[in-house]
Amino acid sequence: MCKVRSTVADALEGLVRDGMTIMSGGFGLCGIPETLIEGIERSGVQDLTVISNNAGVDGIGLGRLLATRQVRKMISSYVGENNLFAEQYLSGELELEFNPQGTLAERIRAGGAGIAAFFTKTGVGTLIAEGKEVRSFAGEDHIMETGLVADIALIHAWKGDAEGNLVYRKTARNFNPMMATAGRVTIAEVEHLVEVGDIDPDQIHTPGIFVSRIVHVPNPVKHIEHRTVRQREEELV
Amino acid sequence: MAWTRDQMAARAARELEDGFYVNLGIGIPTLVANYIPKGMDVRLQSENGMLGMGPFPYPSEEDPDLINAGKQTITELPETSFFSSADSFGMIRGGHIDLSILGAMQVAENGDLANWMIPGKMVKGMGGAMDLVAGVKRVVVVMEHEAKGQSKLLKSCSLPLTGRRVTDLVITDLGVFSIERRGTPNMVLIELADGVGLDEITTKTEAAFTVSLR
Repeated sequence: MCKVRSTVADALEGLVRDGMTIMSGGFGLCGIPETLIEGIERSGVQDLTVISNNAGVDGIGLGRLLATRQVRKMISSYVGENNLFAEQYLSGELELEFNPQGTLAERIRAGGAGIAAFFTKTGVGTLIAEGKEVRSFAGEDHIMETGLVADIALIHAWKGDAEGNLVYRKTARNFNPMMATAGRVTIAEVEHLVEVGDIDPDQIHTPGIFVSRIVHVPNPVKHIEHRTVRQREEELV
Repeated sequence: MAWTRDQMAARAARELEDGFYVNLGIGIPTLVANYIPKGMDVRLQSENGMLGMGPFPYPSEEDPDLINAGKQTITELPETSFFSSADSFGMIRGGHIDLSILGAMQVAENGDLANWMIPGKMVKGMGGAMDLVAGVKRVVVVMEHEAKGQSKLLKSCSLPLTGRRVTDLVITDLGVFSIERRGTPNMVLIELADGVGLDEITTKTEAAFTVSLR
């Protein structure tokens, strides 16, 4: 039952194949499974469909898989920070499916929870609704959205144990908890690998049943997209 | 004379009420946080997964794990909570957020809103905008009245929509319009910006509107 793998290559062993679908957690560069993504890059796997809210930036996170042209299709809500993305999409190299952010989050949650589809008001009367079933509830139109699952889900967590229990930190939680439930195999990289029993059971965000493999990535370099600060009061004088 | 970006943000802040949960978009809407009246309790929601958003950090106190929906470094407050993006959009879609203040490229006289895409030119994505306009109780748009000399308040939007009949109030540099979301479409000019006359705003607005100045 030990889920701990000693290296990223071990954590991905036997799981990657061309044409597969990968979920990748994170919002912007916050809470992305950067070390696992680099493992995917090194594996050389091709023709990927990647489900992720964003597509990294040039040279970081999923931006690396775009640079190596390993991605065939992205399912995302916002890709504005990635120049290479725009270039590959406009040239027709890269397929893109935009989902509203809340719809994307809920599709993943539904996929992981065995919900085949749901109805939402988000996107009614827009391009997003094209080709989708419309039904009226309480006098208002809703569109049908389907649940999403993936062959593997890549997760970044702050703390984890050998049971696969995970704790996220601050806004680095974002898409990670839902994606952890929606991978046929879920692999988590954790900043702190702790003993089973060290995490208060009341404070566990993702129960271990959702996580198949864990790899320890101590002291990862974290990136900030927009460093915004305020002046200290004494400096304002 | 017309309102500056800060004056537009200050006007938008007058839509806040004590106890409101509010989502602010990127751009001028972000400035609204600077005009929350003293003594008024407002909780700012960030759709990536945070309620009770604090100000920008002091230099050297930035935390890469603590960002807002614009990917800017921010801080937490004693009342802050963190949650997943699914819970976050549950708040939004479920009607638990009182007010959304956001920018737009076009608004139509019936409340249609376009702010996410220019076909063939801009491929960035809608992010959370479609969920916000579909789910939040009241939607206030803050935008420049014109872009390159063209009215952004139109009879109907030419750009792909973010939402259909979703706008309650539009604040531009020239004035404020209220829009009826249900029943017969009706856009009403309710305020003029300082130094702006009815002639000027009428000339610069393509959308049809009635006038009922407060």
